[in-house]
Amino acid sequence: MAKVLMKGNEAIAEAAIQAGCRYFFGYPITPQNEIPAYMAKMLPKVGGCFLQAESEISAINMVYGAAGAGARVMTSSSSPGISLKQEGISYIVGAELPCLIVNIVRGGPGLGGIQPAQSDYFQAVKGGGHGDYHMVVLAPSSIQEMVDLVTDGFDIADKYRNPVMILGDGMLGQMMEPVEFREKKTILPEKPWATTGNKEGKPRNIINSLFIDPQGLEDHVLKLYKKYDEMKENEVRVECYNCEDAEIIIAAYGTMARIAKNVIQMAEEQGIKIGLIRPITLWPFPVDTFKKWADSHHVKAFLSLEMSMGQMVEDIRLSVDGAKPVHFYGRTGGMVPTPKAILEEIKKIREGI
Amino acid sequence: MAKVFEKPKALTDKPFHYCPGCTHGIVHCLVAEAIDELGIREKTVGVAPVGCAVFAYDYFNCDMHEAAHGRAPAVATGIKRVLPDNVVFTYQGDGDLASIGAAEIVHAANRGERLTTIFINNAIYGMTGGQMAPTSLVGQVTTTSPYGRSADTEGHPIRVSEMLATLEGVAYIERVSVHDIKNINRAKKAIKKAFEIQLEGKGFALVEVLSTCPTNWGMTPIEALRWLETNMIPYYPLGVKKEVE
Repeated sequence: MAKVLMKGNEAIAEAAIQAGCRYFFGYPITPQNEIPAYMAKMLPKVGGCFLQAESEISAINMVYGAAGAGARVMTSSSSPGISLKQEGISYIVGAELPCLIVNIVRGGPGLGGIQPAQSDYFQAVKGGGHGDYHMVVLAPSSIQEMVDLVTDGFDIADKYRNPVMILGDGMLGQMMEPVEFREKKTILPEKPWATTGNKEGKPRNIINSLFIDPQGLEDHVLKLYKKYDEMKENEVRVECYNCEDAEIIIAAYGTMARIAKNVIQMAEEQGIKIGLIRPITLWPFPVDTFKKWADSHHVKAFLSLEMSMGQMVEDIRLSVDGAKPVHFYGRTGGMVPTPKAILEEIKKIREGI
Repeated sequence: MAKVFEKPKALTDKPFHYCPGCTHGIVHCLVAEAIDELGIREKTVGVAPVGCAVFAYDYFNCDMHEAAHGRAPAVATGIKRVLPDNVVFTYQGDGDLASIGAAEIVHAANRGERLTTIFINNAIYGMTGGQMAPTSLVGQVTTTSPYGRSADTEGHPIRVSEMLATLEGVAYIERVSVHDIKNINRAKKAIKKAFEIQLEGKGFALVEVLSTCPTNWGMTPIEALRWLETNMIPYYPLGVKKEVE
């Protein structure tokens, strides 16, 4: 298929439609408005349904209903809106339903701002809503990767009957790049558990997350955690760039990983060897990759680069487990670190080694 | 011997957990009878609330979806948009529908979603132990209005049916009661009609059922029925609030 020039948000929407998503429930919020607008225009043309809900809370609960009825369904929002969706996400996980949730992150806390940020990392990977749970969190760093991960995200959600989140940021949502859509025939799985009506001879289907007996609830959560173990085993995705003989390894995802690659080139020109570990799944986190490079004698330190006050850095420290120092550099509130400032930070780290 | 009563097929064999004298059991039975009479059990999907009827998915013998508190109309919207040929109903109490889920019910009704909502108004929160509901009467003593509900500080009770009847998307709204046989029979007709409206694709349909909560009202079942009749009906007049031909 030929490449087309597309804005990140629109590419997400088109990729979802091509992946067989026919139901979208959302609520306006900047900087993700192109996703619902694209869905509103295109879904009716393919026999689908776009509905602007009265709030993010209602939108995610419509997703909950549609997913229970067996549909391939999604919603998108940005940080404050994702906070409102947390109740529904927790129910969707508890009831073991698949869906795709896109967060085009903006600065917080509170109303925050509308510029790109990565300050929702904790919310995305540590739970976000109430209860013991996880979801696969995918972090694209190009428009092409957004397209690919949307397709894979739906399949992962179906495979485990668990929601999947795409964690983008305002920069990725708004920028334009050439993309190619995979020519892939979407095969939607059978969903015998869906609430489509209790026909004679069929078991009665109940979508539910209530387990009033504590032993029943513990058993249910243990069942969920078995799925999380399988996700850790099968779904970790990570890119290692220039790590062979690097003395400092940058860890960055999304927009920050793109900037990191510029920094690596600038450093190379000055004779400094820098590598990059780019987690593509923020959950499950590529723990083993960090462990492996932490054990390499040429790696002296790690540097987590984030558009936040330092959130992913905690997972890196847990992964590296004291084997090497883990530094942090970030800007927040919609400020994007410049390659020059990052290179200065790297030089400071080298002086300390 | 002639058979005068039969348990509806749309109810399971699970014994209700409701308190003695609670009218949820009557209303469950009426909903199930309506589903049976219309022959729609196999294509009905029910949405259960949070509140005393939280276990409704154990009682209604059809596919069921348990919603978060107040969100049943949004969940039902999602189901109905995916399965327009199925019958989807929500069963919600007054805290669920008129308080935390006020936005969801207003907008589902306004969109004219082809849904049937059974709204149980017993003027109190039952499951959490008798707190003030948006429908508690002025002067009514609850655990969170221990000196009686004051219109000055807690506002007046909300007349949900009258409020929703102002919306264009609504096809049918009626308020009924289940405090005596005559009214139970009327309630049955209204509930059946609310399902027929959905089958005809006319729009949103809701039946508000004035109900009792002897446990949290601190009354015997008989006293509770009389209290409903003397106190609730004057404030919440029975009858059809809107019907689109």
